[in-house]
Amino acid sequence: MVYSLPEEVLEHVFSFITSDKDRNVVSVVCKSWYEIERWCRRKVFIGNCYAVSPAIMIRRFPEVRSVELKGKPHFADFNLVPEGWGGYACSWIDEMSRSYPWLEEIRLKRMVITDESLELISTSFKNFRVLVLSSCEGFSTDGLSAIAANCRNLRELDLQESEVMDLSGHWLSHFPDTFTSLESLNMSCLGSEVSFSALERLVAMSPNLKTLRLNRAVPLGKLSTLLQQAPQLVELGTGAYSSGIRSDVYSALSKAFLGCKELKGLSGFWDVDPSYLPAFFSVCSRLTTLNLSYATIRSPDITKVINLCPNLQRLLVLDHIEDSGLNALALSCKNLQELRVFPSDMYVADANVTLTEQGLVSVTQGCPKLQSVLYFCHQMSNSALITIAKNRPNLTCFRLCIIEPRTPDYLTHEPLDIGFGAIVKHCKNLSRLSLSGLLTDRVFEYIGTHAKKLDMLSIAFAGDSDLGLHHVLSGCESLKKLEIRDCPFGDTALLANVAKLATMRSLWMSSCAVSIGACKILSRKMPMLNVEVIDENGTLNPKLDNCLVEKLYVYRTVAGPRSDMPGYIWTMDRDSANKI
Amino acid sequence: MDQKRSTLNLFENIDLATELRLGLPGTDDQPEIKTSLSGNKRSSSEIGSSASCKDEDESSFSPPAKEQVVGWPPVRSYRKNILQVKKTEPETGSGMYVKVSMDGAPYLRKLDLKMYKSYEELMKGLQEMFKCIIGLYSEREGYNGSQHALTYEDKDGDWMLVGDVPWEMFISSCKRLRIMKSCEARGLGDFL
Repeated sequence: MVYSLPEEVLEHVFSFITSDKDRNVVSVVCKSWYEIERWCRRKVFIGNCYAVSPAIMIRRFPEVRSVELKGKPHFADFNLVPEGWGGYACSWIDEMSRSYPWLEEIRLKRMVITDESLELISTSFKNFRVLVLSSCEGFSTDGLSAIAANCRNLRELDLQESEVMDLSGHWLSHFPDTFTSLESLNMSCLGSEVSFSALERLVAMSPNLKTLRLNRAVPLGKLSTLLQQAPQLVELGTGAYSSGIRSDVYSALSKAFLGCKELKGLSGFWDVDPSYLPAFFSVCSRLTTLNLSYATIRSPDITKVINLCPNLQRLLVLDHIEDSGLNALALSCKNLQELRVFPSDMYVADANVTLTEQGLVSVTQGCPKLQSVLYFCHQMSNSALITIAKNRPNLTCFRLCIIEPRTPDYLTHEPLDIGFGAIVKHCKNLSRLSLSGLLTDRVFEYIGTHAKKLDMLSIAFAGDSDLGLHHVLSGCESLKKLEIRDCPFGDTALLANVAKLATMRSLWMSSCAVSIGACKILSRKMPMLNVEVIDENGTLNPKLDNCLVEKLYVYRTVAGPRSDMPGYIWTMDRDSANKI
Repeated sequence: MDQKRSTLNLFENIDLATELRLGLPGTDDQPEIKTSLSGNKRSSSEIGSSASCKDEDESSFSPPAKEQVVGWPPVRSYRKNILQVKKTEPETGSGMYVKVSMDGAPYLRKLDLKMYKSYEELMKGLQEMFKCIIGLYSEREGYNGSQHALTYEDKDGDWMLVGDVPWEMFISSCKRLRIMKSCEARGLGDFL
């Protein structure tokens, strides 16, 4: 006879298991574990808000304290998803306000949330602590006023990269005098000025404030005042980092930074005046994160900073750093884990900026802990990629963007197949990969063969035929997210791998060669998938099976077809107006 | 080679009723369908024609003009905006160079305002550069008997007399300098 442990004991054991994946595994061990686990699950992560409905989530997990939802496809970041596509938080907030009175945390990414919803959040959850709106839109500073006024226990308000309708800078004044719990505030995305006195008051009232990210409109002259009020800050995002030539501003700033003994992360740095850079040199030795990706300062200035930051783990920077700056990084920052280099000129290689593949090669050589790379450049070679792969087999995220589509190896004029092939072959734990440059079907053969841990793959302007897509879908066992644009991939590969799509979170294909007919077949064969055809231009004739679709988004779901689709989306759903 | 053959066999076994094949739909039977696709993005139809003929050279693609490729390079719009704004702003960087013109002189000069800490130093520098004598205007002494007066264009585009505001404020608002003949400058002084 098998005795099982009492519920309370199991619950206690489960409380140590925090990762979603592990929780999911625990829940399918047996029926009793499923029951126990669902009652004590406190955190839910939903990677696609349309994969499940609020009702289903609430029914299964009645005692949740923290919900994280993601909405639009990743390519929405680059304007490939038309307006009105969806990702509305409204129904989630409505239902949670009724069923989760003890909800503490809401994290949304790429979703649309209204002021009404923000107000509802502020009044429904008495213990509300954390609101993170990452790349969201649909709300204004009025919604923020409601949050400020009503969330008495708010700890974190993070508006990371959201588009906020900036109606007034006075929303900050809505935090009551009794409000002392703030630990983290990120308002860097806001366009206009906030009331500085309100900001100062807030900072002064918040002894636990650890993260403060200001927006560009906060003048440098005010920064020292804030820092003096909050010397305990761990992460700071400055506003504009210039002020004319004001020696009083400089010395006050320098003194204020000296007082910040806990500072580990710096960001902001819009409109940098290099003469003000030395003001923060005193904190450099402790810095683990530095985001200079808005600072158009030149390589010598960047290098000076880098040489002072031996403990740097994460660096975001513009290509102004050039190869010389990256060489310095490779020498000075042996703890570097993540590097992101953004382009300063979107289209043409700036003659004044010498950033080539060599810089990246240096960093992979010199930084043994480097795991994550995002690199924009104008040229690449297979030999450089092979060197990178051999230098850094511990890479988990490799995103390379050679700015001109279909650029070949600049030395041999060959495709970059073998270069990327080396990356997937050597970096056995690679979970995220973005390809660029001239690529044939061969690179996808390498990827299908070697990239067994790959979770997310981004492809653009690559491949020759359906064989390419087939290699990926049939070979990449761990693949969950696949996004493709402008590739000659079509019906054959898609229909040969329909079952694969049910094991993935989502598939995006735009400007490829998929036909309406194939979408119909896919829909019929796989009822657990939502097959959404986006026809922005209105040129689609759903009766013509040979008609190519502009954009296709396929995702698995237990919630059935969604009810909030705009008029330009076509599905197989019998009930929807747009039936294919 | 064998592997490739077996992969092709896999494709051949797919539901024949739907008449799927490696070639793009519409390439054989219905040329008129293709013309109806002209409303689609150019890249789609171009890819269509190349996929049906695998040997076609990649370079026969003429990529769309750079500005027309939506969402490429994959940079978020707020980043693009910030950098574009940066490009149109004048170089502030280290060094605050302003143009200096002198009435009657054929060429303009450039001067780094950061080199100076006060009006006196600026005057000295200008006098050396232009080999002239410039006087700061004062209510009592006028232009101090000199032949020239110094004016500057501020952020709003107005021409102002040099010397009224504190030095720091002056250099942060000064866009260019002009050394005028004091007889012409008298008009400016008269308004004070």
